Amino acid sequence: MTTTAEPVTTLPPTKPGLLSRLPVLKQLRQSVGLQRGMLIAGLALTAVFILVAIFAPFIAPYGFAQLRDASGPFGAQQPPSAAHIMGTTVGGYDVFSRVIWGAQTAILVIIIAVLCSIFAGILLGLVSGYIGGWLDRVLVVIADAIYAFPSLLLAIVLSIAISGGQSSLWGGILAAALSITVVFIPQYFRVIRAETIRIKAEPYVESAKMLGASAPRIMFRHVLRNATRTLPIIFTLNSSEALLTLAGLGFLGFGIEPTAAAEWGYDLNKALSDVTSGIWWTALYPGLAIVLAVMGITLVGESLNDLADPRLRGRKRVKEKSGTMSLTSVDRPLPSDLDIQEENA
Amino acid sequence: MTTSLLPTDAPSVVAPKPKSAGGGFARYLLVRFLLIFPTIFILVTLVFILLRTVGDPITAAQGGRLTADQLQERIHAAGYDRPVIVQYLEYLGQVFTGNFGNTISDNRPITEVLLTYGGATLELAFYALIVAFIVGIPLGMLAAYYRDRLPDAVLRIFAILWYATPVFFAGMLLKLVFSVWLQWLPVAGRATTRTELSMQTLPNKTGIYLIDAIALGNPAAIGDVLAHAVLPGIALGLLTAGVFLRLVRTNVIGTLGTDYVDAARSRGVGEARLVRKHAFKPALIPIITVIGLQIALLLGGAVLTETTFEWKGLGFQLAAYLAARDFVAVQGIVALLAVIVALTNFIVDIIAALIDPRVRY
Repeated sequence: MTTTAEPVTTLPPTKPGLLSRLPVLKQLRQSVGLQRGMLIAGLALTAVFILVAIFAPFIAPYGFAQLRDASGPFGAQQPPSAAHIMGTTVGGYDVFSRVIWGAQTAILVIIIAVLCSIFAGILLGLVSGYIGGWLDRVLVVIADAIYAFPSLLLAIVLSIAISGGQSSLWGGILAAALSITVVFIPQYFRVIRAETIRIKAEPYVESAKMLGASAPRIMFRHVLRNATRTLPIIFTLNSSEALLTLAGLGFLGFGIEPTAAAEWGYDLNKALSDVTSGIWWTALYPGLAIVLAVMGITLVGESLNDLADPRLRGRKRVKEKSGTMSLTSVDRPLPSDLDIQEENA
Repeated sequence: MTTSLLPTDAPSVVAPKPKSAGGGFARYLLVRFLLIFPTIFILVTLVFILLRTVGDPITAAQGGRLTADQLQERIHAAGYDRPVIVQYLEYLGQVFTGNFGNTISDNRPITEVLLTYGGATLELAFYALIVAFIVGIPLGMLAAYYRDRLPDAVLRIFAILWYATPVFFAGMLLKLVFSVWLQWLPVAGRATTRTELSMQTLPNKTGIYLIDAIALGNPAAIGDVLAHAVLPGIALGLLTAGVFLRLVRTNVIGTLGTDYVDAARSRGVGEARLVRKHAFKPALIPIITVIGLQIALLLGGAVLTETTFEWKGLGFQLAAYLAARDFVAVQGIVALLAVIVALTNFIVDIIAALIDPRVRY
């Protein structure tokens, strides 16, 4: 991790190093006891998930669409053996290889979905919160309408619109990612908009206006930089939702074709009838992969969420380490918080 | 799956600043009621536009099976060759009068599909909510009381595990263990064929099997219906229970720290009563509101649960229409669900306002 990419010059020299200000590391030092355990377990699971995705070509013994090797076809629904440690699927694929390759598909979808929704959500939230007026009202009503609706159904409709329901590798990944994007935009929108409205009233925005800074400059330089504190939390929680939505889409048959990529939800869909005849290995392993990946990301998100909320943060040792923090619009000022705020001030 | 993991989804416990004096409940009711219409309008429009981008529904459903001439004829007959804006306005008018169109694959009115299969989904959602309440709320209170200690740690890990397990995977595991290996419970469906046949004889069927079975007065039928409901109910219920648990925990922790709980404790109120009455009741408002939002989660989960257990409800039917590429049916069902979601959220908000006057801004 180099510091060259950061605009170091704009920071006063007394600020702590970049390393200690990275979102997750700071919380890691701040956490105690159970919360630290959860955070570390989550980070470990997530790291394994990412590493498996990166090194899938080296870990997986076969390709995700491979049906035969030198000694002939794999055979369908073969129980776990030395050659296929997790058995083979009803379509004759190696379960272990598809579980490993599935991590790659999942990560790609998460990255695209979360990045797109962050960009769109932040932009809309900033503009809506800063400009206000009828534009703000219309956007809020639209975001609320989308937010209240079952996201899986919306994702289904979107994936029909994007790919017509059947998919190649990138078609499928993009369809899944973009379907998830639209569902998540309202969440980023809500948070950033609320933060923007709060920050808009701060004296430094006022003075920037007096100095003649343009609206985009104030939005991105003064407001956005101070509004992003809650983002890592939503980011992690959304990643796990993205993964679950992808699996749900796959399970309903909107997955990616088995020859184009490995996708856990699709494999579970194909395993549904296996279960009835007592074949457990085709369902168990892809399912466990989903559970572990989602759990890892969720544990990280949960811990970050707890650490950001003074009411939920571990009570020992924390006050002196957390430093000064003004309330975000997300934090609820409760009577019990006020003493913490005062001590910090 | 929008699972509302963030406690920030809960509305502020602190009273919102009163914007205008007077007005009161009637005004809030009216404003909140009027808000239903833009919500439905936006969702219906969104779904219409998205599904029309793939072309006309007839080609999507029948393309390849009919000749080009036949296709054109049917497209013309259904009016899909008119300008999209005309079709859209006509569709809006239909939705407004409660007509959601006819399916292409089996030519039934969408409202009839709802009446036939809605009962099953309602029944499933009811079982799931019971499981979620029984499991989620007491455990949430327990976790809040033992905050940061062992019971809390175990329960929170469980809540995350339930959330992380896709409902169809949970369903498949339950099926594998209890239906295939132990053979305690039926594998799929809502009842045995025999029970279903005997229920067909009822003069006014509700489509809700539990009620129909009770109307039959046959204990075997009731037992059969309940046995089929156990696994789907648990699968969908646990998903929701995880959300309830976390929600109750967060909010009860908030209220447990307040002065009036300390005051009650100093008056000698027992610890169990302290949690159940003093801390839980004020925590109910955000809980009720977020439970309202869980209707969306429940409906999304119902689609997956019904597919897993061949539970012939609205979600199962939706999946079948999706497989048949019948996008008019998909559009109709999704639009209908939008109406249901908007109405439930309205009702939930009104209940929240009735409980807590501060919500009526």
